[in-house]
Amino acid sequence: MIADFGYGILVVTFLLSLYSVGAAVLGALNKSTAIVESARRAMLLTWPLLTLSSLALIYLLVNNHYEVEFVYQVTSRSMPTYLKITALWGGQSGSLVFWSWLMSAFASLVTLRKWDRDREFLPWVIAVASLTMAFFLAMNVLFENPFARFWQTAAGVEAYTFKPANALPFAPQDGRGLNPLLRHIGMVIHPPMLYLGFVSFVIPYAFAIAALITGRTDDRWIRLTRRWTLWAWLFLALGLVLGGRWAYDVLGWGGYWGWDPVEVAAFIPWLIGTAFLHSVMIQEKRGMFKQWNMFLIVLTYCAVIYGTFVTRSGLLSSVHAFAQSAIGPMFAVYLSLISIGSVALIIWRWGDLSSDIELKSVFSRESLFLINNFLFLTLAFICYLGMNFPLVAEIITNQRVTVGPIWYERITAPLFAALMFLMGVAPLSAWGNSTLRTLGRAIWKPAVVSLGITTVLFFTYTRNAIALTGFFLVSFVILVSLYEYWRGARARQTSQGENFFVAFWKLTARNPRRYGGYFVHISMMLMAIGILGIELFQVETQGTVQVDQSINLGGYTVKYKDIAQFPGPDGRQVTRAVVSVYQGDQYISELHPRIDYYFESQQSMTIPGQRPTLKDDLYILLVAWEPVSTAGATFKIFVNPLINWLWIGSILFSAGILIAALIPDRSRAAVREKKSVQVAQTSAAD
Amino acid sequence: MQPVKFIIGGVLILAAVGLGFYSFSVTRQTAEYFMTVDELIAEGQTVVGKNIRISGAVIGDTIEYDAQSLTLKFTVAHVTGDNDEIEAQGGLAEVLHTAVTDPTRNHIDVVYEGVMPDLLRDEAQAIMTGTLHVDGTFYAEELLLKCPTRYEEAVPGQVEQASR
Repeated sequence: MIADFGYGILVVTFLLSLYSVGAAVLGALNKSTAIVESARRAMLLTWPLLTLSSLALIYLLVNNHYEVEFVYQVTSRSMPTYLKITALWGGQSGSLVFWSWLMSAFASLVTLRKWDRDREFLPWVIAVASLTMAFFLAMNVLFENPFARFWQTAAGVEAYTFKPANALPFAPQDGRGLNPLLRHIGMVIHPPMLYLGFVSFVIPYAFAIAALITGRTDDRWIRLTRRWTLWAWLFLALGLVLGGRWAYDVLGWGGYWGWDPVEVAAFIPWLIGTAFLHSVMIQEKRGMFKQWNMFLIVLTYCAVIYGTFVTRSGLLSSVHAFAQSAIGPMFAVYLSLISIGSVALIIWRWGDLSSDIELKSVFSRESLFLINNFLFLTLAFICYLGMNFPLVAEIITNQRVTVGPIWYERITAPLFAALMFLMGVAPLSAWGNSTLRTLGRAIWKPAVVSLGITTVLFFTYTRNAIALTGFFLVSFVILVSLYEYWRGARARQTSQGENFFVAFWKLTARNPRRYGGYFVHISMMLMAIGILGIELFQVETQGTVQVDQSINLGGYTVKYKDIAQFPGPDGRQVTRAVVSVYQGDQYISELHPRIDYYFESQQSMTIPGQRPTLKDDLYILLVAWEPVSTAGATFKIFVNPLINWLWIGSILFSAGILIAALIPDRSRAAVREKKSVQVAQTSAAD
Repeated sequence: MQPVKFIIGGVLILAAVGLGFYSFSVTRQTAEYFMTVDELIAEGQTVVGKNIRISGAVIGDTIEYDAQSLTLKFTVAHVTGDNDEIEAQGGLAEVLHTAVTDPTRNHIDVVYEGVMPDLLRDEAQAIMTGTLHVDGTFYAEELLLKCPTRYEEAVPGQVEQASR
């Protein structure tokens, strides 16, 4: 009953969003405000409807309705309620509903804003947003119905949307349950974060298409969607980091990022989105790169759809992929239509999008931004190539070849290094004209200090050339960013007579995007410290020890004390070891690596005992054990130097984005824009 | 003439060419070749030392594990690498079962140093990355196991990864 209701609503919403696309286009073509308004209302109705449908699904999940296939697949009786609710995005069909729900929420938010002087954008924004939503709903309605129920027929039990002839309803006693590995707070939040990021990027794309169709190709669409882009970037970044943290805490291989195709698929939109985020600034400041920005946002949107497709289609085998399904070809068709259509629009408006301002100097800010863009796109391309390598190689060489993490690491490392170098240089360069001499004058101080820091590290910490290069770049970027803060604050201090801290705060508040950006740069460098640490200096060992015997690694002594087995919550058996950790002779703490065995899915999960410090992370895994009396227990131990800077940096970059997104922009460009609006309005009133 | 555009363009092209060559050499050094046991035996000495990924059906009786030195030895039997073929032959579980019970299949000995994974058992599918030694033994650096169960779709459920 509830299942039919939920499915019915999905069908209605699907038709409604199709109507919304049609009405919006028709209204725009006929210049009929009434028809556009009808499209807008249809779109606004999708959110409450999808909320109802999601609630219906959640109701079924929470109340153990295992006759519904999706519920059977992702929940079981022993799961706590909050996990049953979040199981909504624990499987393919449910996560598609969730995607549409987020999409409708964001699209509604956009259509509710004041449109006054941007009214001509409205129908096209509605059309693009509704089309995207209709596509995802079509997946649910036609191929992946989360409300499909089990039916017993002569041929056996199968899930159908409608009752087949001569079938009896079939309801299993219990569900299979969410994969234990996914029962982690990081995994509960990680998919929604990624989805929020994906969906937020649809909005700038919708505006870009609206700008192309209406011919209003100035930077208005960029200004309108600046915040959406920032939020999208933040959510995607958080999603990626949370995924990494989950892997680090749960998968038990001492790492956080394995270049798994699905991770890479979520990383690609982030890379292209980062290029877009930087490049739009040049259009706002200098009126350049208009075609390029259009191209970037189209590419970002395609990467978002492709990312969703890869995670959901089973095209590439990976630890994330859900089962093979019919939706793969649909995604491919949609993606090709969208990219062909968007590129055609850009070509159509090519003339309007050209700029008369030329690049004046190789060392100007805009040239450096351009290089930054190429680097990000190259990284995205390498990622794309890497994840599709087996397909490509089989076509070219007829050999089945794949590439692994080492391949990605080796190829991307110089590109990331070049990006870091740019991150240090670009803030010091000027817009328009900038010569090597002016740039050199600004650079030498931070460069010399960084060199000094690197020299100290050479004598005290490491002689690894890659690490030293990395640390040099990290200190260079951090120093340049701090120097920029300091320079700005000092200037205010002298000109406005404010004290340093007031000047510092006002500086940030007056140009939040710029200083928020530097904040993000600094945070990224802290993350880089963590990445350099774990990638280059991770040490590991494993060994089987008796009680009171110990293993030494990286200055730590790990002594095996005890092991115990007891039943834990939600149907698991916990085997928990107690180890004492000593540094030298000094006792520092007790850790509890454990193995959780889930009876219901016959799976075990290895939870490390971790001791995080700013210097390193001691990470102990219990891998095998025997009853205390006999053979002892086997541990695998990692020392991951500096890794915690990765997590610290990722918390800080959120702060940087919040500064940039939440504080209203009062920089000169924004003020100028506001004035021109007023002028336009007065002249219109005349 | 717009010299700036040409300078930037030139630098980018040079950088792209450089990166291309670099990527090519990295690919040659690090690419992993997917092979079946049959292919590996056919290629023999020509692939010694290359990074190879093979998959095979674990023969339960051959599993030997020394907990002290953490050395694991077992033998795998040839299975096809083609997903469609696996489906056509009745699914992974069926294919693995046939492979293990068919004495005419090609076999290869595997050595792995590390903790014995829980999922290593008879008729499991082992996906291994490593190198072939001159003596015809495969030294796995990474060992991934799949056990076809009723939890099949619940990936990453049945996949267990271990690496040195």
